[in-house]
Amino acid sequence: MIQITNLVKRYHTRQGENTVLDHINLLVTPGEKVGILGRNGSGKSTLIRLISGAEQPTSGTVIRNMTVSWPLAFGGGFQGSLTGVDNLRFICRVYGTTTDDKIPFVQEFSELGKYLREPVKTYSSGMRARLAFAISMVIEFDCFLIDEVISVGDARFHAKCRKELFEKRSHRAMIMVSHEAHNIREHCSRACVIDNGKLLEFTNIEAAYEYYQAN
Amino acid sequence: MSNTNTLSKSFAIHFRVIGALLMRETITRYGRHNIGFLWLFVEPMLFTSGVTTLWTLFEAHQYSNIPIAAFALTGYSTVLLWRNMPGRCSGAIEPNLTLMYHRNVKVIDIFASRILLEIAGTTASFITLGIIFTIIGWIKPPEDILKVMFGWFMIIWFGAALSLGIGALCERSEIIEKLWHPTAYFMFPLSGAGFMVDWLPTTAQKYILFLPMVHGVEILREGYFGSSVHPHYDMTYMAIVNLCLTLLGLSQVRVVSRTVMPE
Repeated sequence: MIQITNLVKRYHTRQGENTVLDHINLLVTPGEKVGILGRNGSGKSTLIRLISGAEQPTSGTVIRNMTVSWPLAFGGGFQGSLTGVDNLRFICRVYGTTTDDKIPFVQEFSELGKYLREPVKTYSSGMRARLAFAISMVIEFDCFLIDEVISVGDARFHAKCRKELFEKRSHRAMIMVSHEAHNIREHCSRACVIDNGKLLEFTNIEAAYEYYQAN
Repeated sequence: MSNTNTLSKSFAIHFRVIGALLMRETITRYGRHNIGFLWLFVEPMLFTSGVTTLWTLFEAHQYSNIPIAAFALTGYSTVLLWRNMPGRCSGAIEPNLTLMYHRNVKVIDIFASRILLEIAGTTASFITLGIIFTIIGWIKPPEDILKVMFGWFMIIWFGAALSLGIGALCERSEIIEKLWHPTAYFMFPLSGAGFMVDWLPTTAQKYILFLPMVHGVEILREGYFGSSVHPHYDMTYMAIVNLCLTLLGLSQVRVVSRTVMPE
Protein backbone atom coordinates (compact mmCIF):
# COMPACT_ATOMS: atom_id res chain seq x y z
CA MET A 1 0.00 0.00 0.00
CA ILE A 2 1.13 3.54 -0.69
CA GLN A 3 -0.33 6.21 1.49
CA ILE A 4 0.18 9.85 0.63
CA THR A 5 -0.90 12.28 3.31
CA ASN A 6 -1.04 16.08 3.06
CA LEU A 7 1.81 16.15 0.60
CA VAL A 8 3.11 19.63 -0.21
CA LYS A 9 5.92 20.55 -2.56
CA ARG A 10 7.16 24.08 -3.01
CA TYR A 11 10.06 25.25 -5.12
CA HIS A 12 12.08 28.39 -4.70
CA THR A 13 12.00 30.41 -7.87
CA ARG A 14 13.22 33.87 -8.74
CA GLN A 15 9.66 35.10 -8.33
CA GLY A 16 9.38 33.63 -4.85
CA GLU A 17 7.85 30.41 -3.61
CA ASN A 18 5.94 28.32 -6.09
CA THR A 19 3.57 25.71 -4.69
CA VAL A 20 3.49 22.84 -7.16
CA LEU A 21 1.59 20.33 -5.06
CA ASP A 22 -0.78 21.54 -2.39
CA HIS A 23 -1.92 19.07 0.29
CA ILE A 24 -2.30 15.98 -1.80
CA ASN A 25 -3.85 12.79 -0.42
CA LEU A 26 -3.91 9.46 -2.20
CA LEU A 27 -4.12 5.80 -1.26
CA VAL A 28 -2.96 3.10 -3.64
CA THR A 29 -3.67 -0.50 -2.67
CA PRO A 30 -1.76 -3.56 -4.00
CA GLY A 31 -2.61 -4.36 -7.60
CA GLU A 32 -4.48 -1.12 -8.15
CA LYS A 33 -3.83 0.90 -11.30
CA VAL A 34 -4.18 4.62 -10.85
CA GLY A 35 -3.91 7.11 -13.66
CA ILE A 36 -3.11 10.76 -13.05
CA LEU A 37 -4.00 13.27 -15.72
CA GLY A 38 -2.50 16.72 -15.87
CA ARG A 39 -1.38 19.38 -18.28
CA ASN A 40 2.28 20.05 -19.00
CA GLY A 41 3.86 21.61 -15.94
CA SER A 42 0.99 20.70 -13.63
CA GLY A 43 3.30 18.75 -11.29
CA LYS A 44 2.74 15.18 -12.51
CA SER A 45 6.42 14.31 -12.70
CA THR A 46 7.07 16.03 -9.39
CA LEU A 47 4.40 13.87 -7.79
CA ILE A 48 5.90 10.71 -9.29
CA ARG A 49 9.36 11.67 -8.03
CA LEU A 50 7.97 12.32 -4.55
CA ILE A 51 6.17 8.98 -4.54
CA SER A 52 9.34 7.23 -5.67
CA GLY A 53 11.29 8.89 -2.87
CA ALA A 54 13.82 10.40 -5.25
CA GLU A 55 12.81 13.82 -4.03
CA GLN A 56 11.78 14.97 -0.57
CA PRO A 57 8.45 16.72 0.09
CA THR A 58 8.28 20.19 1.64
CA SER A 59 5.79 18.73 4.10
CA GLY A 60 3.50 15.74 4.38
CA THR A 61 4.36 12.06 4.12
CA VAL A 62 4.58 9.21 1.65
CA ILE A 63 4.36 5.80 3.32
CA ARG A 64 5.44 2.88 1.15
CA ASN A 65 4.42 -0.53 2.42
CA MET A 66 5.27 -2.21 -0.86
CA THR A 67 8.33 -1.99 -3.05
CA VAL A 68 8.06 0.94 -5.41
CA SER A 69 9.99 1.38 -8.63
CA TRP A 70 11.91 4.43 -9.71
CA PRO A 71 10.05 6.67 -12.24
CA LEU A 72 10.06 4.29 -15.13
CA ALA A 73 11.63 4.58 -18.55
CA PHE A 74 13.13 7.97 -18.08
CA GLY A 75 15.86 8.24 -20.69
CA GLY A 76 18.47 9.40 -18.20
CA GLY A 77 20.04 7.71 -15.24
CA PHE A 78 23.00 6.65 -17.27
CA GLN A 79 26.63 7.52 -17.03
CA GLY A 80 27.59 8.25 -20.63
CA SER A 81 31.13 6.98 -20.40
CA LEU A 82 29.98 3.65 -19.01
CA THR A 83 28.74 0.82 -21.19
CA GLY A 84 25.18 -0.45 -21.14
CA VAL A 85 26.30 -3.48 -19.13
CA ASP A 86 28.11 -1.29 -16.58
CA ASN A 87 24.99 0.80 -16.14
CA LEU A 88 22.93 -2.35 -15.68
CA ARG A 89 25.47 -3.58 -13.15
CA PHE A 90 25.24 -0.32 -11.21
CA ILE A 91 21.48 -0.50 -10.94
CA CYS A 92 21.54 -4.18 -9.97
CA ARG A 93 24.06 -3.39 -7.23
CA VAL A 94 21.97 -0.49 -5.94
CA TYR A 95 18.91 -2.73 -5.70
CA GLY A 96 20.91 -5.60 -4.25
CA THR A 97 20.48 -8.19 -6.97
CA THR A 98 22.82 -10.14 -9.24
CA THR A 99 23.71 -8.86 -12.69
CA ASP A 100 25.04 -11.67 -14.82
CA ASP A 101 21.76 -13.56 -15.09
CA LYS A 102 20.02 -10.35 -16.23
CA ILE A 103 22.32 -9.62 -19.17
CA PRO A 104 20.68 -12.01 -21.68
CA PHE A 105 17.23 -10.51 -21.06
CA VAL A 106 18.48 -6.95 -21.41
CA GLN A 107 20.47 -7.87 -24.50
CA GLU A 108 17.46 -9.51 -26.09
CA PHE A 109 14.85 -6.98 -25.03
CA SER A 110 16.80 -3.82 -25.79
CA GLU A 111 17.89 -5.16 -29.20
CA LEU A 112 21.19 -3.38 -28.70
CA GLY A 113 23.33 -6.32 -29.80
CA LYS A 114 27.02 -5.67 -29.34
CA TYR A 115 26.28 -2.04 -28.51
CA LEU A 116 25.33 -3.19 -25.03
CA ARG A 117 29.05 -3.32 -24.35
CA GLU A 118 29.77 0.11 -25.82
CA PRO A 119 29.66 3.43 -23.91
CA VAL A 120 26.12 4.79 -23.60
CA LYS A 121 27.27 8.16 -24.99
CA THR A 122 27.56 6.51 -28.41
CA TYR A 123 23.85 5.54 -28.33
CA SER A 124 21.04 7.29 -30.15
CA SER A 125 18.15 8.54 -28.01
CA GLY A 126 16.04 5.57 -29.15
CA MET A 127 18.76 3.15 -28.08
CA ARG A 128 19.00 4.82 -24.68
CA ALA A 129 15.26 4.58 -24.20
CA ARG A 130 15.32 0.89 -25.11
CA LEU A 131 18.14 0.23 -22.66
CA ALA A 132 16.33 2.21 -19.95
CA PHE A 133 13.14 0.25 -20.38
CA ALA A 134 14.92 -3.10 -20.50
CA ILE A 135 16.85 -2.31 -17.32
CA SER A 136 13.72 -1.18 -15.52
CA MET A 137 12.17 -4.57 -16.23
CA VAL A 138 14.91 -6.61 -14.54
CA ILE A 139 14.20 -5.37 -11.01
CA GLU A 140 10.85 -6.54 -9.70
CA PHE A 141 8.57 -4.17 -7.81
CA ASP A 142 5.09 -4.36 -6.29
CA CYS A 143 4.26 -0.99 -7.72
CA PHE A 144 5.52 0.62 -10.90
CA LEU A 145 5.65 4.37 -11.35
CA ILE A 146 5.20 5.30 -14.96
CA ASP A 147 5.90 8.76 -16.28
CA GLU A 148 4.67 9.05 -19.87
CA VAL A 149 6.34 5.72 -20.47
CA ILE A 150 4.63 4.78 -23.69
CA SER A 151 6.57 7.32 -25.71
CA VAL A 152 9.54 4.97 -26.01
CA GLY A 153 11.00 3.80 -29.33
CA ASP A 154 9.18 2.74 -32.48
CA ALA A 155 5.83 1.00 -32.84
CA ARG A 156 7.23 -2.52 -32.61
CA PHE A 157 9.15 -1.68 -29.47
CA HIS A 158 6.01 -0.06 -28.08
CA ALA A 159 4.18 -3.31 -28.44
CA LYS A 160 6.96 -5.18 -26.68
CA CYS A 161 6.95 -2.74 -23.79
CA ARG A 162 3.20 -2.97 -23.41
CA LYS A 163 3.37 -6.73 -23.32
CA GLU A 164 6.18 -6.76 -20.76
CA LEU A 165 4.70 -4.11 -18.50
CA PHE A 166 0.93 -4.37 -18.80
CA GLU A 167 0.43 -8.04 -19.62
CA LYS A 168 3.20 -9.89 -17.80
CA ARG A 169 2.98 -7.55 -14.80
CA SER A 170 -0.75 -7.03 -14.85
CA HIS A 171 -1.21 -8.03 -11.19
CA ARG A 172 1.14 -5.30 -9.96
CA ALA A 173 0.07 -1.90 -8.78
CA MET A 174 0.78 1.03 -11.06
CA ILE A 175 0.69 4.76 -10.86
CA MET A 176 0.77 6.30 -14.29
CA VAL A 177 0.91 9.98 -15.11
CA SER A 178 0.11 11.27 -18.54
CA HIS A 179 -1.29 14.24 -20.38
CA GLU A 180 -2.89 11.90 -22.86
CA ALA A 181 -6.14 10.37 -21.68
CA HIS A 182 -6.05 7.31 -23.94
CA ASN A 183 -3.05 5.78 -22.12
CA ILE A 184 -4.85 6.05 -18.84
CA ARG A 185 -8.16 4.87 -20.20
CA GLU A 186 -6.46 1.81 -21.61
CA HIS A 187 -4.47 0.72 -18.57
CA CYS A 188 -5.97 2.17 -15.40
CA SER A 189 -8.86 1.28 -13.15
CA ARG A 190 -9.18 4.70 -11.57
CA ALA A 191 -8.15 8.23 -12.53
CA CYS A 192 -7.27 11.50 -10.84
CA VAL A 193 -6.58 14.95 -12.23
CA ILE A 194 -3.92 17.35 -11.01
CA ASP A 195 -5.23 20.87 -11.32
CA ASN A 196 -3.70 23.93 -9.67
CA GLY A 197 -1.65 21.84 -7.29
CA LYS A 198 -4.67 19.88 -6.05
CA LEU A 199 -5.31 16.22 -6.75
CA LEU A 200 -8.93 15.56 -7.61
CA GLU A 201 -10.21 12.01 -7.34
CA PHE A 202 -13.03 10.78 -9.54
CA THR A 203 -15.28 7.79 -9.25
CA ASN A 204 -14.71 6.73 -12.84
CA ILE A 205 -12.25 7.47 -15.60
CA GLU A 206 -14.79 9.17 -17.85
CA ALA A 207 -15.64 11.72 -15.16
CA ALA A 208 -11.94 12.46 -14.70
CA TYR A 209 -11.49 12.80 -18.42
CA GLU A 210 -14.43 15.16 -18.76
CA TYR A 211 -13.10 17.35 -16.00
CA TYR A 212 -9.66 17.32 -17.59
CA GLN A 213 -11.03 18.31 -20.98
CA ALA A 214 -13.21 21.06 -19.53
CA ASN A 215 -10.39 22.68 -17.59
CA MET B 1 9.86 -4.29 12.85
CA SER B 2 12.14 -3.19 15.68
CA ASN B 3 14.21 -0.05 15.45
CA THR B 4 17.57 -1.81 15.48
CA ASN B 5 16.34 -3.96 12.65
CA THR B 6 15.47 -1.00 10.44
CA LEU B 7 18.69 0.74 11.37
CA SER B 8 20.86 -2.22 10.38
CA LYS B 9 18.81 -2.62 7.23
CA SER B 10 19.35 1.00 6.35
CA PHE B 11 23.11 0.62 6.96
CA ALA B 12 23.11 -2.41 4.68
CA ILE B 13 21.49 -0.32 1.93
CA HIS B 14 24.02 2.49 2.40
CA PHE B 15 26.94 0.06 2.15
CA ARG B 16 25.47 -1.51 -0.97
CA VAL B 17 24.90 1.84 -2.65
CA ILE B 18 28.32 3.19 -1.66
CA GLY B 19 29.85 -0.01 -3.03
CA ALA B 20 28.04 0.41 -6.34
CA LEU B 21 29.05 4.07 -6.52
CA LEU B 22 32.67 3.18 -5.75
CA MET B 23 32.82 0.74 -8.65
CA ARG B 24 31.14 3.19 -10.96
CA GLU B 25 33.35 6.07 -9.89
CA THR B 26 36.50 4.00 -10.39
CA ILE B 27 35.53 3.02 -13.91
CA THR B 28 34.34 6.49 -14.97
CA ARG B 29 37.38 8.20 -13.51
CA TYR B 30 40.13 5.88 -14.57
CA GLY B 31 38.53 3.83 -17.31
CA ARG B 32 39.66 0.43 -18.40
CA HIS B 33 42.49 1.65 -20.60
CA ASN B 34 46.21 1.32 -19.86
CA ILE B 35 46.77 0.93 -16.11
CA GLY B 36 43.13 1.65 -15.28
CA PHE B 37 42.32 1.94 -11.63
CA LEU B 38 45.99 1.85 -10.65
CA TRP B 39 45.90 5.58 -11.47
CA LEU B 40 44.05 5.82 -8.19
CA PHE B 41 47.34 5.79 -6.34
CA VAL B 42 49.83 6.36 -9.16
CA GLU B 43 48.45 9.87 -9.60
CA PRO B 44 49.10 11.00 -5.99
CA MET B 45 52.41 9.14 -6.12
CA LEU B 46 53.49 11.22 -9.10
CA PHE B 47 52.53 14.39 -7.23
CA THR B 48 54.43 13.44 -4.12
CA SER B 49 57.47 12.22 -6.08
CA GLY B 50 57.53 15.48 -8.05
CA VAL B 51 57.37 17.60 -4.93
CA THR B 52 60.01 15.45 -3.27
CA THR B 53 62.32 15.96 -6.25
CA LEU B 54 61.72 19.72 -6.32
CA TRP B 55 62.34 20.13 -2.63
CA THR B 56 65.47 18.00 -2.84
CA LEU B 57 66.83 20.09 -5.74
CA PHE B 58 66.17 23.40 -4.00
CA GLU B 59 67.21 22.12 -0.58
CA ALA B 60 64.02 23.58 0.75
CA HIS B 61 64.77 23.07 4.40
CA GLN B 62 67.95 24.17 6.03
CA TYR B 63 66.69 23.83 9.57
CA SER B 64 66.76 20.20 10.27
CA ASN B 65 68.57 16.94 9.97
CA ILE B 66 65.51 15.11 8.60
CA PRO B 67 66.15 13.80 5.09
CA ILE B 68 64.31 15.96 2.60
CA ALA B 69 62.64 12.99 0.89
CA ALA B 70 61.10 11.87 4.15
CA PHE B 71 60.04 15.41 4.88
CA ALA B 72 58.34 15.82 1.51
CA LEU B 73 56.67 12.43 1.73
CA THR B 74 55.19 13.02 5.17
CA GLY B 75 54.24 16.60 4.30
CA TYR B 76 52.86 16.48 0.82
CA SER B 77 50.90 13.26 1.30
CA THR B 78 48.91 14.92 4.07
CA VAL B 79 48.18 17.91 1.83
CA LEU B 80 46.80 15.57 -0.83
CA LEU B 81 44.62 14.04 1.84
CA TRP B 82 42.82 17.15 3.10
CA ARG B 83 42.89 19.05 -0.16
CA ASN B 84 41.71 16.44 -2.67
CA MET B 85 38.78 15.08 -0.69
CA PRO B 86 36.91 18.40 -0.55
CA GLY B 87 38.00 19.07 -4.13
CA ARG B 88 36.35 15.85 -5.25
CA CYS B 89 33.21 16.58 -3.25
CA SER B 90 32.65 20.07 -4.58
CA GLY B 91 30.35 19.75 -7.57
CA ALA B 92 29.93 16.02 -6.91
CA ILE B 93 26.14 16.07 -6.94
CA GLU B 94 25.48 17.55 -10.36
CA PRO B 95 27.06 14.78 -12.50
CA ASN B 96 25.28 12.22 -10.32
CA LEU B 97 21.82 13.77 -10.44
CA THR B 98 20.47 11.19 -12.84
CA LEU B 99 21.35 8.42 -10.38
CA MET B 100 19.26 10.07 -7.74
CA TYR B 101 16.15 8.79 -9.46
CA HIS B 102 16.91 5.71 -7.41
CA ARG B 103 15.54 6.37 -3.96
CA ASN B 104 18.39 4.61 -2.19
CA VAL B 105 21.07 6.77 -3.75
CA LYS B 106 21.48 9.66 -1.34
CA VAL B 107 23.69 12.72 -1.36
CA ILE B 108 25.69 11.32 1.57
CA ASP B 109 26.43 8.14 -0.44
CA ILE B 110 27.85 10.15 -3.31
CA PHE B 111 30.11 12.10 -0.97
CA ALA B 112 31.07 8.98 0.97
CA SER B 113 32.09 7.07 -2.15
CA ARG B 114 34.25 9.92 -3.42
CA ILE B 115 35.83 10.44 0.01
CA LEU B 116 36.59 6.71 0.37
CA LEU B 117 38.14 6.55 -3.08
CA GLU B 118 40.35 9.52 -2.29
CA ILE B 119 41.39 8.02 1.07
CA ALA B 120 42.22 4.71 -0.59
CA GLY B 121 44.30 6.32 -3.33
CA THR B 122 46.24 8.69 -1.12
CA THR B 123 46.86 6.09 1.57
CA ALA B 124 48.05 3.52 -0.98
CA SER B 125 50.34 6.15 -2.48
CA PHE B 126 51.73 7.12 0.95
CA ILE B 127 52.44 3.51 1.89
CA THR B 128 53.90 2.57 -1.49
CA LEU B 129 56.22 5.58 -1.62
CA GLY B 130 57.18 5.01 2.02
CA ILE B 131 58.19 1.45 1.19
CA ILE B 132 60.03 2.46 -2.00
CA PHE B 133 61.92 5.29 -0.28
CA THR B 134 62.86 2.96 2.55
CA ILE B 135 64.10 0.26 0.19
CA ILE B 136 66.27 2.64 -1.79
CA GLY B 137 67.57 4.07 1.47
CA TRP B 138 66.22 7.64 1.29
CA ILE B 139 64.43 7.32 4.58
CA LYS B 140 64.41 5.10 7.63
CA PRO B 141 61.32 3.12 8.57
CA PRO B 142 59.00 5.01 10.94
CA GLU B 143 59.98 4.89 14.61
CA ASP B 144 56.43 4.60 15.92
CA ILE B 145 54.09 3.32 13.26
CA LEU B 146 51.02 3.56 15.48
CA LYS B 147 51.61 7.28 15.94
CA VAL B 148 51.97 7.67 12.17
CA MET B 149 48.71 5.82 11.68
CA PHE B 150 46.98 7.92 14.31
CA GLY B 151 48.17 11.16 12.71
CA TRP B 152 47.13 9.90 9.29
CA PHE B 153 43.71 8.89 10.60
CA MET B 154 43.17 12.29 12.21
CA ILE B 155 43.96 14.07 8.95
CA ILE B 156 41.60 11.69 7.12
CA TRP B 157 38.90 12.59 9.61
CA PHE B 158 39.61 16.30 9.16
CA GLY B 159 39.57 15.98 5.36
CA ALA B 160 36.40 13.89 5.29
CA ALA B 161 34.51 16.24 7.62
CA LEU B 162 35.67 19.24 5.62
CA SER B 163 34.56 17.49 2.41
CA LEU B 164 31.01 16.99 3.63
CA GLY B 165 30.76 20.67 4.51
CA ILE B 166 32.45 21.98 1.37
CA GLY B 167 30.57 19.53 -0.87
CA ALA B 168 27.19 20.50 0.55
CA LEU B 169 27.90 24.23 0.73
CA CYS B 170 29.15 24.27 -2.88
CA GLU B 171 25.78 22.85 -3.83
CA ARG B 172 24.02 25.66 -1.99
CA SER B 173 26.16 28.50 -3.22
CA GLU B 174 28.50 28.94 -6.15
CA ILE B 175 30.53 31.46 -4.17
CA ILE B 176 31.75 28.72 -1.83
CA GLU B 177 32.89 26.71 -4.82
CA LYS B 178 34.79 29.71 -6.17
CA LEU B 179 36.32 30.49 -2.78
CA TRP B 180 37.33 26.96 -1.85
CA HIS B 181 40.03 26.57 -4.51
CA PRO B 182 42.04 29.69 -3.64
CA THR B 183 41.56 28.94 0.07
CA ALA B 184 42.94 25.43 -0.36
CA TYR B 185 45.81 26.86 -2.37
CA PHE B 186 46.76 29.39 0.30
CA MET B 187 46.39 26.86 3.08
CA PHE B 188 49.04 24.63 1.55
CA PRO B 189 52.06 26.69 2.71
CA LEU B 190 50.43 27.12 6.14
CA SER B 191 49.44 23.49 6.61
CA GLY B 192 52.65 22.27 8.18
CA ALA B 193 53.63 20.27 5.12
CA GLY B 194 56.68 22.41 4.38
CA PHE B 195 57.86 23.18 7.90
CA MET B 196 57.86 22.00 11.48
CA VAL B 197 56.09 24.24 13.97
CA ASP B 198 59.25 24.24 16.09
CA TRP B 199 61.13 26.18 13.37
CA LEU B 200 58.74 29.12 13.63
CA PRO B 201 59.00 32.09 16.02
CA THR B 202 56.98 31.48 19.19
CA THR B 203 54.30 34.04 18.33
CA ALA B 204 53.75 32.46 14.92
CA GLN B 205 53.52 29.01 16.48
CA LYS B 206 50.53 30.10 18.49
CA TYR B 207 48.62 31.18 15.39
CA ILE B 208 49.65 28.38 13.10
CA LEU B 209 48.39 25.86 15.65
CA PHE B 210 44.86 27.15 15.09
CA LEU B 211 44.95 25.15 11.86
CA PRO B 212 43.87 21.61 12.74
CA MET B 213 45.85 19.79 10.05
CA VAL B 214 49.11 21.17 11.45
CA HIS B 215 48.58 19.06 14.58
CA GLY B 216 48.09 15.95 12.45
CA VAL B 217 51.26 16.54 10.44
CA GLU B 218 53.26 17.19 13.61
CA ILE B 219 52.22 13.95 15.32
CA LEU B 220 52.72 12.01 12.10
CA ARG B 221 56.27 13.34 11.83
CA GLU B 222 56.92 12.56 15.47
CA GLY B 223 55.85 9.01 14.71
CA TYR B 224 58.13 8.89 11.69
CA PHE B 225 61.25 10.64 12.98
CA GLY B 226 60.86 10.25 16.72
CA SER B 227 63.45 11.98 18.82
CA SER B 228 65.01 13.97 15.97
CA VAL B 229 62.06 16.39 15.88
CA HIS B 230 60.33 18.57 18.46
CA PRO B 231 56.64 18.33 17.64
CA HIS B 232 53.93 20.68 18.82
CA TYR B 233 50.45 19.29 18.84
CA ASP B 234 47.24 19.02 20.81
CA MET B 235 45.22 16.10 19.54
CA THR B 236 42.27 16.96 21.77
CA TYR B 237 42.04 20.31 20.03
CA MET B 238 42.19 18.62 16.63
CA ALA B 239 39.55 16.07 17.63
CA ILE B 240 37.20 18.81 18.84
CA VAL B 241 37.62 20.78 15.61
CA ASN B 242 37.07 17.60 13.59
CA LEU B 243 33.97 16.75 15.55
CA CYS B 244 32.51 20.23 15.04
CA LEU B 245 33.31 20.08 11.33
CA THR B 246 31.68 16.65 11.10
CA LEU B 247 28.47 17.84 12.72
CA LEU B 248 28.42 20.97 10.61
CA GLY B 249 29.11 18.94 7.47
CA LEU B 250 26.41 16.37 8.20
CA SER B 251 23.87 19.09 8.94
CA GLN B 252 24.65 20.79 5.64
CA VAL B 253 24.37 17.49 3.77
CA ARG B 254 20.96 17.04 5.33
CA VAL B 255 19.85 20.48 4.21
CA VAL B 256 21.05 19.84 0.68
CA SER B 257 19.45 16.37 0.52
CA ARG B 258 16.08 17.93 1.09
CA THR B 259 16.38 20.28 -1.83
CA VAL B 260 18.18 18.13 -4.37
CA MET B 261 16.12 17.40 -7.46
CA PRO B 262 16.95 14.50 -9.76
CA GLU B 263 17.48 15.47 -13.36
